[in-house]
Amino acid sequence: MHIDKDLVAAAATPLVLGILADGDLYGYAIIKRVGELSGGDLQWTDGMLYPLLHRLERLGYLSSSWGISEAGRRRKHYAITASGQEALAERQQQWSVVAETLRQAWRSAGQPPATATGWA
Amino acid sequence: MEAHADLETQIRSWRGYLQRRQAIAPADLDELEDHLRGEIAERLASGLDDDEAFLVAIKRMGNLDAISREFANEHSDRLWKQLVLVPESSARTNGPGRRELAVVLCLAAGAGLAVKAALVIFGGDAVLARNIGLVVFPFIAAYFAWKRRLTIRAVGIVAAAFAVVAVLLNVYPVASGGSTELLAILHAPVALWMLAGAIYAGGRWRSDARRMDFVRFTGELAIYFTLLALGGAVLIGLTAAVLQLVDIDFEPILEDWILPCAMPAALVVAAWLVEAKQNVVENIAPVLTKVFTPLTLVMLLSVLAVLVASGGPGEVDRELLILVNAILVLVLSLLLYAVSAREPLAPPGLFDSLQLLLVLAAVAVDACLLVAMSSRIAEFGTSPNKIAALGLNLLLLIHLLRSAWLGIGFVRGSRVVAEVERWHTRYLPAYGVWAVAVVALFPPVFAFR
Repeated sequence: MHIDKDLVAAAATPLVLGILADGDLYGYAIIKRVGELSGGDLQWTDGMLYPLLHRLERLGYLSSSWGISEAGRRRKHYAITASGQEALAERQQQWSVVAETLRQAWRSAGQPPATATGWA
Repeated sequence: MEAHADLETQIRSWRGYLQRRQAIAPADLDELEDHLRGEIAERLASGLDDDEAFLVAIKRMGNLDAISREFANEHSDRLWKQLVLVPESSARTNGPGRRELAVVLCLAAGAGLAVKAALVIFGGDAVLARNIGLVVFPFIAAYFAWKRRLTIRAVGIVAAAFAVVAVLLNVYPVASGGSTELLAILHAPVALWMLAGAIYAGGRWRSDARRMDFVRFTGELAIYFTLLALGGAVLIGLTAAVLQLVDIDFEPILEDWILPCAMPAALVVAAWLVEAKQNVVENIAPVLTKVFTPLTLVMLLSVLAVLVASGGPGEVDRELLILVNAILVLVLSLLLYAVSAREPLAPPGLFDSLQLLLVLAAVAVDACLLVAMSSRIAEFGTSPNKIAALGLNLLLLIHLLRSAWLGIGFVRGSRVVAEVERWHTRYLPAYGVWAVAVVALFPPVFAFR
């Protein structure tokens, strides 16, 4: 399934914060976790993760530290901060409202036809 | 590792490609490379070969232009803060950036103290004025000799040339306050600067490209030095104002220590700044020349009007001649700077026509000046000053005429800009030769007047 890129972009911040709330990770591990959680449906341009991480760090939601990978290279780890937790809680509320509203709206509209037949 | 040599090369060139984006810092590169390697390792583990794994990883990383745009959005400050003098990593590890800073600071302090020492030894008179260039020169020369790793032989040649200038400046029994002495004071720095150019070029002073680099360097040095001087002036002004309130006289310290030490030091530091990050000023040079070329044209035209209105070239007064001479030198510097900042492959445009007009106006002013001078010489006879001015103006006239000729060809499309550049760079040493001639030959010829 293809998910619209605007939707992916909107979900990116709460997704990253949510993943890091489970424990500290480095960039590639975050991407892998996104893939696992979405069953591969959420396609992300990998390179775009880093500007996002840097923005969240600048906003104070994340903190970072340099460590060493198994291969002996420099690796940057990210951890969520207290204010990141708050931001995550806020986003979760917002998303529940959006999800609930969508559910209500779609229920009252009824299920759309699975396949639209054209005029042929 | 041996088996993955190709892969390593590919990763290195990928990293090198990203490295050129100024919005992506070295630390980000490490992070992105770590990610790429993670992806590649995963693909290799799932059975792909090196090339396939690399291609998939690159593809997943996404469009590099888009990524660096994102980085630029997030780190817009990086587009500004390009002038990192001591790179962060080398600041921690005592790398080459740090060593260079130490060398520059020592040389700057040395230059300042040398001038102060010369001031104490010679006092404030003409001996100092004659030797001030000699005192400051070794420090700038030392910086470039160190930076360009000059061979011992080259250093020896430069030192010999320097010694010749030093002897010429001091061996003649010139009359104190006489014109040959004043001319030597004015021309010695030009000769020394040409010598500095040879060192700047790392000994390859015959190369047109290196000469053009030196022209750029000179223009940028002037800008940086001015910036430093302005900043210093503001600081001095504020300090003086505060000290005045508590009745401390700041002037003696200012005159005895701050100015003699700070100005030569600032020159060395400015040279380092220009050298440290050449591309920052490269960006501003074309803009500056575009702003000042039309303005200078207006100035030249009004000078021309004044020269004509003051009753024909024969009637022009001496002070005015000296001023106009200075203006012409300035115009030529601007012209050189503009040529050095020009994109070599761009077709002739409006700005090139404007520059041609500037050259033509300068030729007209110079012709007026030469007529005025010849008539003064015919009327009052020769003097060292007049001959020096006449010689300089003839040099300028030849330079300008040929530039105008080549410029017309370029604007009409029959010549390429490289020819114009080559003319300028080939002609530059003529000024050095003339300066040496004034220093070496004028005092004996004019009986040390």
